[in-house]
Amino acid sequence: MQRYILSRVIQSVLILIGVLFIVFFMLRITGDPVSLMVSRSASPEQIEAMREELGFNRPLPVQFLDFMTGAVIGDFGMSLRHQMPAMELILERLPATVELATTALFISLLIGIPLGLLGGSNPGSLWDTLCRGAGLIGQTIPNFWLALILIVFFAVKLGWFPSFGRDTWTFMGMTLPTRSVILPAFALGLFTMGQIVRFTRSAVLEIKNEDYVRTAYSKGLADHKIYIRHILRNASIPLISIVGVQFGYLLSGSIYIETIFSWPGLGNLLAESIGNRDFALVQAIAFFTSLVVVFLNLLTDVAYGLADPRIRYGD
Amino acid sequence: MEEATEPNINGNLISGQVIDEESERGLWSRIRYVGKLLGRDKAGMIGLIMFLTVVFSAVFAPWLSPHDPVKQNLRMAKKPPVWTEKGTAAHPLGTDNLGRDLLSRIIYGSRVSLTVGFFGVLIAGTFGMMIGLISGYAGGRTDAVIMGGVNMILALPYLVFVVFIAAILGKSLLNVILIFGLTDIPIFVRITRGEVLRIRESGYVEAAMSVGATRGRILFRHIMPNLIGPLITIATFEMSAMIFYEAGLGFLGLSVPPSVPSWGNMLATGRKYLTIYPWIATYPGLAIVFTGLGMNLLGDWLRDVLDPRMRRIKK
Repeated sequence: MQRYILSRVIQSVLILIGVLFIVFFMLRITGDPVSLMVSRSASPEQIEAMREELGFNRPLPVQFLDFMTGAVIGDFGMSLRHQMPAMELILERLPATVELATTALFISLLIGIPLGLLGGSNPGSLWDTLCRGAGLIGQTIPNFWLALILIVFFAVKLGWFPSFGRDTWTFMGMTLPTRSVILPAFALGLFTMGQIVRFTRSAVLEIKNEDYVRTAYSKGLADHKIYIRHILRNASIPLISIVGVQFGYLLSGSIYIETIFSWPGLGNLLAESIGNRDFALVQAIAFFTSLVVVFLNLLTDVAYGLADPRIRYGD
Repeated sequence: MEEATEPNINGNLISGQVIDEESERGLWSRIRYVGKLLGRDKAGMIGLIMFLTVVFSAVFAPWLSPHDPVKQNLRMAKKPPVWTEKGTAAHPLGTDNLGRDLLSRIIYGSRVSLTVGFFGVLIAGTFGMMIGLISGYAGGRTDAVIMGGVNMILALPYLVFVVFIAAILGKSLLNVILIFGLTDIPIFVRITRGEVLRIRESGYVEAAMSVGATRGRILFRHIMPNLIGPLITIATFEMSAMIFYEAGLGFLGLSVPPSVPSWGNMLATGRKYLTIYPWIATYPGLAIVFTGLGMNLLGDWLRDVLDPRMRRIKK
């Protein structure tokens, strides 16, 4: 197990070095990063001064080394627009994104697992049709469009939820979400819900035919006991991996939803900084979200290895 | 047709109807054969019809649209659809803030979506297949390096990087195609490599090797033809995903220039008027859902049909 964890950690570190490389050279694919950052009316002298100030006139390897050593200690330079360290801005916005992604994951698990279980246990039934429909809808409805439709219905027409912004309330020192998170979380979680429904359904279909389930039936166990103790428990092992990957997707994929709902999170910050041509901040956000996603993948793999011995002893 | 109950080449016992492929040679009989398979699956048929509708409207856009999609008419601006009280038959789906006809813009918008999807998949598929063939066939260190790179790119938060690159490269159709075409290569590499590894171990490749077939012959005569099925299937899903992401970029104002009618650009306009003129955002979104649904149904069906193992098991 230790060897398995160690090899996965080394792999993750290599990926992150690769990410730094990509993020660094991305700004330079058009040749001149400064021309991306200045306004179109800037004079050649201003551009030259900026190049000097940001250190873009130094040799590339020196710049990269500087960028990398900065990244290791969490320094991604200054946001030009906000005149603040990029990392500080990111950490300030992080709680809102975590709240949104967690709620989205929670909603999709709450709907997805029971629906998948019902569909998988009665193939061909109405539940099963519903199940496959949910999987398909999750894949085909763009979340940015769904968000607009939800606002029209539930915020404008019915007035049940606010159409934008994030409200929180404090209880015993903890910052807790309010109903303002419901609409964005639902729109964000739709794709994940579809994936979880599909996955649970096929896992149940497969496990139903296992020998141990047949044994459980022949022992005369009640249906609900078999479903909870034998089927759901075994389906939950591979479910770990999908939940881990999906959480990474939810944390990094909220740019549209946060923009639409003016949700003060990382995705919104990314859209803003692109609008402001604040590319130091864009770079920092891209690296930070990659870091989170890679770390989540690592955690998922380790959890998966702990839960399923075949993974850690296999090739 | 016959009922097969003997073990097949791989030694697995299969049962169910088997269509005798040897007796049905020639192009026409092949088309008839595919038609017969399609007729059996209603969802696949519906998917194909939906997809062809979109292709048809893209090709014949100038003849199908009632108005010029870019012509402004401020006197007719913000007209609701024809079935509402204030709607007019001249603009069946209403008009946008500048009085441009929404139906015509949606019809023309399919051109952008399909162009991006088609050429994106073409680029990703071509390069992905070549790299995947090399990786799977060469094995060893080459394979390790290629797959290391592929896994690294697949571990990144896709949306964040696509938005990042789009912001740097600037708005043009060619840039959008290149972004999706290049970032999607890893998916095709992984699928191709997996299939190559599977095919390489098969009985017929072993037989060809034992009679002294050259590497090239094995690659082109035995491996490549068997790759087409899985690659076409994945191409359908990837094309639908690209259409989806293109609309998302357009929504953020990072895809084709705002003057070009595209579904994403229309959604971006619609968002600004969402609470007062909701139809501007509604119908382009429905067009995206329609296309995505059609392509997903088609893809599910292709997966069943092009993979003979699945076909036999499914009956």
